[in-house]
Amino acid sequence: MLLARIEQLGRTALAGIQRLGRGNVFLLQILVGSVGLLRRPGLLVRQLYSVGVQTLIIIIVAGLFVGMVMSLQSYYALVDFGAEDSVSVMVVLSLLRELGPVVTALLFAGRAGSALTAELGLMKATEQLSGMEMMAVNPIERVVAPRFLAGVISMPLLAAIFSAVGVIGAYLVAVELLGLDSGAFWSQAQAKVDLIQDLGNGMIKALVFGFVVAWIAVFEGYDCIPTSEGLGQATTRTVVHSSLAILGLDFVLTALMFGK
Amino acid sequence: MNSRTLELVVGLFVAAGFAALFMMAMTVSNLASYGNGGGYEIKAQFDNIGGLKVRSPVAASGVRIGRVTAIDYDQSRYEALVTMLIEPQYNKFPSDTSASILTSGLLGEQYVGLEPGAEEDYLKSGSSIEITQSALVLEQIIGQFLYSKADDKK
Repeated sequence: MLLARIEQLGRTALAGIQRLGRGNVFLLQILVGSVGLLRRPGLLVRQLYSVGVQTLIIIIVAGLFVGMVMSLQSYYALVDFGAEDSVSVMVVLSLLRELGPVVTALLFAGRAGSALTAELGLMKATEQLSGMEMMAVNPIERVVAPRFLAGVISMPLLAAIFSAVGVIGAYLVAVELLGLDSGAFWSQAQAKVDLIQDLGNGMIKALVFGFVVAWIAVFEGYDCIPTSEGLGQATTRTVVHSSLAILGLDFVLTALMFGK
Repeated sequence: MNSRTLELVVGLFVAAGFAALFMMAMTVSNLASYGNGGGYEIKAQFDNIGGLKVRSPVAASGVRIGRVTAIDYDQSRYEALVTMLIEPQYNKFPSDTSASILTSGLLGEQYVGLEPGAEEDYLKSGSSIEITQSALVLEQIIGQFLYSKADDKK
């Protein structure tokens, strides 16, 4: 009984390590396959549309509301200290450093990551991928690499748009609704926000998140059990694992970038 | 969707991403204080710099004219050595200009304030300010106040 338990634990651990190894080999294959993509940029453009452009609406709406809510909440906290002019500093710093990359990545994992997994998984289940191999077409180069690269490229752009829209939302609430001075709003932010330290590091975070989410999404799709149940599980895993990876990595990156 | 519209939409998306980055760099970051990079460096020694930091502003009459680029500790004089980069257009500060560490507002951030003197020749790159006034440390002031109160009672 006990022995069987230990055996099962060993099996689970080995399976996990094997999966991790497969994931890394897969990443290497994608990176090699991406080089061949330079000759066919059309594939990348098509994926940029379905991964990037179609995620845009939810990013813009979320950014606007996050900015507006942050502005309202920090106003009520700061007005007691007569520091309501610092609303812009608080909102802009939180957006650029944390909320922009993290919320964008979470939405991106839910909107684009799950779609990538489902698409690749269905291709596998209907044996389109093995069909390509039969025709001597490398499916990693033809199908997976464009989707992966599109994710990596889209994420920083989406995060930048999210933050910019968030700042506009914060401005609308702070200046139009709460009646703060518009000049103070911008000048306070300019005095405290550093181009490289804040904006630059936020974009690095977004790039890392894009890389991780796209990697998890295409791997889960490519590695899924090709049944309708396996496909469902793979899609769920993409969203859960991506979200956990984003939150964990965010802490590590923040500690590296901003912790002294 | 044909491939021309597709390319157009993706192009717009990429352009919007860069436009967002550009907008944030221009409106909410300190891009304006980068860039020129020029200017001249002056040094000043202080007994105590309080909460002054690298990149803190340097101001004259409240106008920002430069920033602090380095803070070191001078072991031979047991004083803080503050290096400031002053923007090139503000090059007519007399050599007996005095520097003091001030606080914006009651609890705001600290900055270096320059008070022009009356000498004929100007501060130039590498020159140091002789007359300095340290940061006000609130604990010391409270301490002095309490001591003077105690003395009054005798």
